[in-house]
Amino acid sequence: MSIVNYAAREITCKIVYYGPGRSGKTTNLHYIYGQVPAERRGQMVSLATQTDRTLFFDFLPLDLGTISGFTTRFQLYTVPGQVYYATTRNLVLQGADGVVFVADSQRRQLAENIESLQDLHANLASQGVDARTVPLVLQYNKQDLPREMIMDASELDDELNFRGVPAHVGDALHGRGVFETLRGISELVLRKLTATADAGAGR
Amino acid sequence: MLLDGRFRFDNFVVGTANRLAVAAASAVAESPGSVYNPLFMYSGSGLGKTHLIGAIGHAARVANGELRVVYIPLDDFVDDFHLAISSGQADAFKERYQAVDLLLLDDVQFLTGRRETQSEMLRIFNVLQASGRQIVMASDRAPTEITDVDERLLTRLTGGLIVDIGVPEYETRVAILRHKCEERGLQFEAGVLEELARLPLGNVRELQGALNRVVAHQSLLDQPISAADVRQVLGALRTPTPAPAVISDPAAAPLGGGGDEFQSFLSDVTVAVAQSVDSWRVRLGARIAHWQAEGFRTTMLEQALALDDPPDLDALEAAFADAAARLELLEAEVVLLDAALAGDEVFRDPQRLAEAEAVLERAQAAGDPPPGPAPGWTMATFEQAESNRMAVRAVDAVLAEPGVRYNPLFIHGPTGTGKSHLAHAIGNALHAANAEPGPAACVTAEEFVDGLIAAIQSGTVEQWRARYRQAGALIVDDVQVLAGKERSQDELFHLFNLLHQSGRQVVLTSDRAPAEIPELVERLRSRFDGGLVVAVELPTRELREALFSRALASRFGSVDEGVAAMLAEPPLASATEIEAMVERVAAVADATGSPVNAEVVARAIGVRRPTPAFIPVARDTFFLDLEKVVVDWPGVDGRIVEELG
Repeated sequence: MSIVNYAAREITCKIVYYGPGRSGKTTNLHYIYGQVPAERRGQMVSLATQTDRTLFFDFLPLDLGTISGFTTRFQLYTVPGQVYYATTRNLVLQGADGVVFVADSQRRQLAENIESLQDLHANLASQGVDARTVPLVLQYNKQDLPREMIMDASELDDELNFRGVPAHVGDALHGRGVFETLRGISELVLRKLTATADAGAGR
Repeated sequence: MLLDGRFRFDNFVVGTANRLAVAAASAVAESPGSVYNPLFMYSGSGLGKTHLIGAIGHAARVANGELRVVYIPLDDFVDDFHLAISSGQADAFKERYQAVDLLLLDDVQFLTGRRETQSEMLRIFNVLQASGRQIVMASDRAPTEITDVDERLLTRLTGGLIVDIGVPEYETRVAILRHKCEERGLQFEAGVLEELARLPLGNVRELQGALNRVVAHQSLLDQPISAADVRQVLGALRTPTPAPAVISDPAAAPLGGGGDEFQSFLSDVTVAVAQSVDSWRVRLGARIAHWQAEGFRTTMLEQALALDDPPDLDALEAAFADAAARLELLEAEVVLLDAALAGDEVFRDPQRLAEAEAVLERAQAAGDPPPGPAPGWTMATFEQAESNRMAVRAVDAVLAEPGVRYNPLFIHGPTGTGKSHLAHAIGNALHAANAEPGPAACVTAEEFVDGLIAAIQSGTVEQWRARYRQAGALIVDDVQVLAGKERSQDELFHLFNLLHQSGRQVVLTSDRAPAEIPELVERLRSRFDGGLVVAVELPTRELREALFSRALASRFGSVDEGVAAMLAEPPLASATEIEAMVERVAAVADATGSPVNAEVVARAIGVRRPTPAFIPVARDTFFLDLEKVVVDWPGVDGRIVEELG
């Protein structure tokens, strides 16, 4: 998918927050929503349904205004973390310019984190995307919980960050690490502009 | 005026909102002309763009004292330009600006609608950029938001780096205030500057104004102002403007990070975008947007966007513009031929130019084909004799290799010697051989001229030309008729060249050799002479006899022997005359009720008293005097007998 449209002078980045259920993806979006001036953000959309076939995700559009002459928009999505929403997850992931993997730092959630990370790679592969080419950052969320309940960043790095991508500790509920994570993924995505030399005249 | 040192980099407070702009400005000041050329900075009023542009000039001059630096607001540039024009010093104006090493142009948003200035500026930009000299511009809006600007100039404006300067966040505003206080040796109680920075002010200039007011109030009262007094002092002096949305009060920020998180994020994204976007792609993107707005498909340019390295943009843009112009021309032409083709997609895609040309050709070809050869005139019906042997051989050679050996074939001779017959025979033979690309066009020069005149009258000259251009061969009879008709000669010249170059046969006939045709343009004459010029002579008696034999047989079946020889005796010139004579014989035979014999022939010949051996016994004394018989009438009914007495 094209990120930059030189003809229309538009940059549109689709960033997907991925991770196991209840790891804090939607909380990240809620925090960002609260920080962004009203005229810079669209309505945050959360779609929920009882059937697998219908979309179930959060969507937050951000209008960053004109940057270097380009109208710049970020579209933030979360995927449903629950295992049984596999179809929706795959659908939301399509065309992602970058992925934030929100891991639950609780020790007992490690297996879910690993499973979700594998699910991410499987979904990318099913879309014919080489996971190594997709900008990815990790966020180790819930670091505000008692030490004994959570794994620290280095432990999580050992378990999850086998690609050595940027990782941020986070406490999305209180905002810690949320913008650092968003900044991290945004820079990776934007830096890729030059690397990919996208034709970008039309999406 | 800005280069006096008041505006420098070291007294410009850098924050996240202006970090990119400062970085770009510093880079430009360090090595003018080598990076980010032109540099375009824009921001709302009072955010430091004029300071930065001045700092570039100052720093560049400090680094290189010989650098010719000019700072000028656009309005002054316009005045300067108008003054130069009115005083006849336009050249001096150009030379002055074209000699500049670093041109700092402020307030370029005022370019709107100033077409003359834009043109002049474009010329100056081209010269400066071509010689690697630096241009820096400042504006209160992005280049694409400056309305009514020449597209070419806009391309130049956006061709380098465009940076915007945002509203400074709280920390930067505190830093600015502290900096100002240091500069001016001011002292305030703790918290005053912080309180000032929290004020919902739109830009740095207003912030400075607020500081000035606080300073004035403090000196007036001769007692320090406390943080708590700040809002009261300023409230008494001014009505606060609404705060820009991006400035938020840290005190009111939610848990976790402070309200400037988004602003900080935005600033980082701005840096990342500016560093990631390629200027040549930006320029190409602008061209794509332009041509798309004009309704053209831009696949050709879009493909260039996908290249790893910048292509030759000037050449690419020129090629696209040329193709687009050609397409518009083709469409205009095709609409004259077929209105249904107006707006056809093929005329909107420069990549399909060849296809568009073909559409026009097809539309032109769809018109009536030019007249073909007379079907009866074939080589089989042509009587060969010594008098036309050379011409016949030439025709054979032409038919063996049409368009190759004798092209053009120019046949000349007196009227009725079979020139047209030969020429049309070539046309028929080519047609019979299914020669490509199409049937031969056979016209008399008179028809050619008349057709052109009619086409001029109806405005369909192009269609008229197209009819001939598609012909497989061109045969023009009696080209001596073109004498003095310049336009027709012109058209024939171009048509001749087109057909000749594409290997199509041209055959021309005339009653005289090319050199003897008066008022024929030399270029046409030389082309006529450039193939094979053959003459046909008047038919010999033997040929005439053969022609009469054939004509009589064709008209009456068998006739008496000797009749053909009798008819061939007078030196009749042409096949046409022979045909007429045969008809005359038939008329006499009808009138006298006798079969075609020597007597009838003698009466038909009329004007010549035959030798006594051929004079038959008259049955009708009224017609005894053959010289009184007028037979040149088309029908028997209207025949008049004139008594010459």
